[in-house]
Amino acid sequence: MHMADALLAPAVAATMYAASATAAGVSIHKLKKDDEPSKLPVMAVTSALVFAGQMINYTIPGTGSSGHMCGGMMLSALLGPYAGFLSMIVILAIQCLFFADGGLMALGANCWNMAFYGCFVGYFLIWRPIMNGKWFGEGKSAERARIIAASIIGCIITLQLGAFSVVLETSLSGITELPFGAFCALMQPIHLAIGLVEGLITAAVLVFVHDSRPELLSGVELSEGESAKRSLKTVVAILAVVALVVGGGLSLMASSNPDGLEWALFGNADGGYSTNMGLDEENFGVESSAAEKAGSIQEKTSFLPDYAFPGSESAAGTTVSGIVGSAIVAGAAILICFVGGFFRKRKVRTE
Amino acid sequence: MKKGIYRMNKMQKALAELSEMDELAARRSPVHTLHPAAKLLTTIVYILVTLSFDKYDLSGIVPMVLWPVLMFTISGVNVRTCFYKLRIVLPLVMAVGLFNPFFDKEIMVSIGGIGVSGGVISMITLMLKGVFCLMASFLLMATTKIDSLCAALRKLHVPAMLVSLLQLTYRYVGVMTEELAVMTEAYHLRAPGQKGIHISAWGSFLGQLLLRSMDRAQELFSSMMLRGYHEHFHYADIDRFRARDALFMAGCILFFVLLRYGNIAQLIGGLVVY
Repeated sequence: MHMADALLAPAVAATMYAASATAAGVSIHKLKKDDEPSKLPVMAVTSALVFAGQMINYTIPGTGSSGHMCGGMMLSALLGPYAGFLSMIVILAIQCLFFADGGLMALGANCWNMAFYGCFVGYFLIWRPIMNGKWFGEGKSAERARIIAASIIGCIITLQLGAFSVVLETSLSGITELPFGAFCALMQPIHLAIGLVEGLITAAVLVFVHDSRPELLSGVELSEGESAKRSLKTVVAILAVVALVVGGGLSLMASSNPDGLEWALFGNADGGYSTNMGLDEENFGVESSAAEKAGSIQEKTSFLPDYAFPGSESAAGTTVSGIVGSAIVAGAAILICFVGGFFRKRKVRTE
Repeated sequence: MKKGIYRMNKMQKALAELSEMDELAARRSPVHTLHPAAKLLTTIVYILVTLSFDKYDLSGIVPMVLWPVLMFTISGVNVRTCFYKLRIVLPLVMAVGLFNPFFDKEIMVSIGGIGVSGGVISMITLMLKGVFCLMASFLLMATTKIDSLCAALRKLHVPAMLVSLLQLTYRYVGVMTEELAVMTEAYHLRAPGQKGIHISAWGSFLGQLLLRSMDRAQELFSSMMLRGYHEHFHYADIDRFRARDALFMAGCILFFVLLRYGNIAQLIGGLVVY
């Protein structure tokens, strides 16, 4: 979701800088008031960890594709919203300065889209109310369930807000001729899937932290009495079920346009890899320059990958038959995913 | 590289990219010795001017290439390294720009009988904006060390907490990325044929490192305190803002304004084509 400089008009870029700078100012003020000097190294090390953690590929069961995390929700759950926001700013700054991911002028907008929503909206409106609420009852397992719920709901909502802001900022900048509605129809659904995956990854890490060192989580009241024994089995089981649903959702999108350039390059370029049936460009080992280029396109422009095109069609007015057809294909995809993909995954891989 | 031969994982690639930028910034050239604040401000003005061009002003924006080209030549930085980073910027810009020719079909110019629509022109302008902005920010980082940049940011009154955090995070990005690179490598060696981290290890993979890192952060803080840390870091000694820095800034900004308000490309074209 990193915006590039070219996608923003100077006025929009400046406005977003002002907005993010205000949020940063408030955060610094709050942190200074808390007067916790040891927080700085903790923030630095955690943001460095999240920066590196964004490069991990997480296999999504049943799809063959992989997910990544962005880290806004995770940082605010670990460090609190203010420290989390500043840490995200620094991560985004390093990405923009050293890896050309984003842009110097787009930094304000990127901080707003990815850090503000994740840290402030995610923390105050989702994480804290859910964690301090009475969902799922009392006890350790209920706390775990709350963490999972808060992470998933938080990531989905904050990513939706972020994606909508990207559309709004680009449209206000007058960069694209794409109508606002069609652009939204491209961005929002794909970020729904991304948000789900991000939420699951965030939940997995936070549950692990909660089980081992619950005092590290911010805004969580520690439950006394129960031992902090780590049993990930139940969590993994819940995660697996949710992941199945996500897997279905993801393959629904992927298989709506399975014969695209991407599929041809990654799915069939090398016989040995075709069984992977996914879009994980990192580990495919197709070393042609075209594959690499397409890989970076697929990954870095995650807000406009080819499987989002049906959205634009529907916005342009697809016929009913098209919608019905898509639904059948989607249903079939989920079915294949459940039957063939998930349960026979290992078998297919070893062939 | 063929299958089976050692491949760098994503983190190792990122580390290589980071150290490459560090090496570039450690070189010496007239551009490297300029005051970091002068370079930062000039870069920001350049990007702002570039972004301010109208979406159809293709002939106006083309001469903006002159400044980065000149700076690349003087600083001796290889353009190829910069264009390698285009793999991230261009697809993103292209993805948005590619729709323009479909929605904006009004013919604006006719070249040799072939009509070029407004959408095509705005798409090319957008791409050029992306490339130019990347070249400018790449030049900044390829000629300025992160410590000097942080010192300049402090001089520009960016809050100490944010600057210290940037500096400290940058220091630890290398450490953490290396650690995760090793962990990823080890994981894949033990789970051959598996493409990513299996769902059973989603939490523990990053979580283990997170817990260790939290302890490390405490140790780091103790060592900082032992060395007399108080509120903020002392920054790298940067030279004073000299006359030549001011001259560089003023000259560059004047050049940008000239390019923005006088269409150099049309002027030069007018000399040749009548």
